[in-house]
Formats: sequence, C-alpha cells, structure tokens
Amino acid sequence: MARVLLFGRLADLAGWRERSYEPTPARLADLRTLMATEDAALGAALAGSGVQAAVNKTLIRGDIALATGAEVAFLPPMSGG
Amino acid sequence: MIRLSATPFDPQTVMGEFSAGRTEVGAIVSFLGLARGARAGDEILELEAYEGFTETAIGAVVERARARFSLLDAAVIHRVGRIAVGEPIVLVLTAAAHRREAFESCDFLMDYLKSDAPFWKKEFGPDGARWIEPTSRDLSDLARWG
Repeated sequence: MARVLLFGRLADLAGWRERSYEPTPARLADLRTLMATEDAALGAALAGSGVQAAVNKTLIRGDIALATGAEVAFLPPMSGG
Repeated sequence: MIRLSATPFDPQTVMGEFSAGRTEVGAIVSFLGLARGARAGDEILELEAYEGFTETAIGAVVERARARFSLLDAAVIHRVGRIAVGEPIVLVLTAAAHRREAFESCDFLMDYLKSDAPFWKKEFGPDGARWIEPTSRDLSDLARWG
C-alpha cells in the first residue's frame, strides 16, 4: 500500500487530500500514470510547473522506486507568512 | 524552537520565554505577521502545512541562518488552519550577540517563509476562495540572499 497526500490547490482539484493505493505502484512514475488515468486533470496538474513530489518526507527530483508503505506527497508552489 | 499552532498564540508570552535567562545575547529581533482584512474577526485565511515535513524544512533554513549570520538562537511559530483578521500568523525571533546579525537573520528567515517554506495559503475574499502563490516581489526578496 502507498499513502498519497495532496496539498493546497491539488487537494481541491482532486476532491480528496489523502488516499491509499493498493498494491503499491513499483515506481513514482507508475503512481503518476495511475493517478492520471483515474483523473486526467489531476494528472496534468501533478506534472505542472512548480509541483514537487516528496517520498517519505524527502523531496524527489525525477523518479524513484516505492516500497510498501511509502508516503507520497504532491506539493504545489508554497506560500506562507 | 519551531512550532506549528492550530490555535492563536500570544506573541508576548513567546517573546518573554525566548528572551529570559540569556547571557550571551545582546540583540533579539522579532517579526510578527498579522492577517490583514477589512473587518476584525472575519475568517480570511486557511493555512495548510505538511506535518513533520514543514518543521524539518524550516529547521534546515534556521541552521543555514545560524551559520550565515552568527545567529545564536531562533524561534519560529506559524499558524495553521483557519485564521481571522487581526490574528498573528507568524512570529520569528532571532537572537544574536549584536543587532545587525539579529536584523538580517530575521529578514532572511521571513523571506524564506513567504515563498519557499512548505505552507499553502487560501484566501477567502468577496469573490470566493483562492490559493495564494508567491508573488514576483516575494521571489525577488528571497533572491536577495543568493
């Protein structure tokens, strides 16, 4: 199982903030493909500029293998303060 | 000290605790950001953080500030959840031996928090809600530090 978290406008777009995927996709790229198949608009937004991905709370550039229990977060451009 | 707070916090209390019992510190600078709006009490912002990830990311930047500005200590308190007009959103305290380092590190930390820290901010206005992304001014402020 992989736990997927969405933040900011991505959560509003998808209509959910947290979801589990079973079985765990082998790689981050496979998860992106799966999510884009289910929701094309979300898939496009995840691939959009400024959206970063974190696996187990570490930012990942490019692709990475996902272990069972992985937590994957998609982070749109950030703004605090 | 880095803390995310889902409820309003009292800046005076935090400042009191932060400044108490210091011997090596000659200067403490504070920045307090408030939620701006037309009417006090209106819920105007919703701030989201990624628990665990957000605190770690802020901690890494505090460590950079510590090395770069001879910072002795820092505190960052940031609200999450729904915030009403007039409430504090963020408090940054920096402590150094001398004022210049304290001023500069506080400025540096705020520029980072505005445009590169893991927070997502939704603003509720007369025309509905919208997600705020860093402005070009926020990004050029951050770029000043190289």
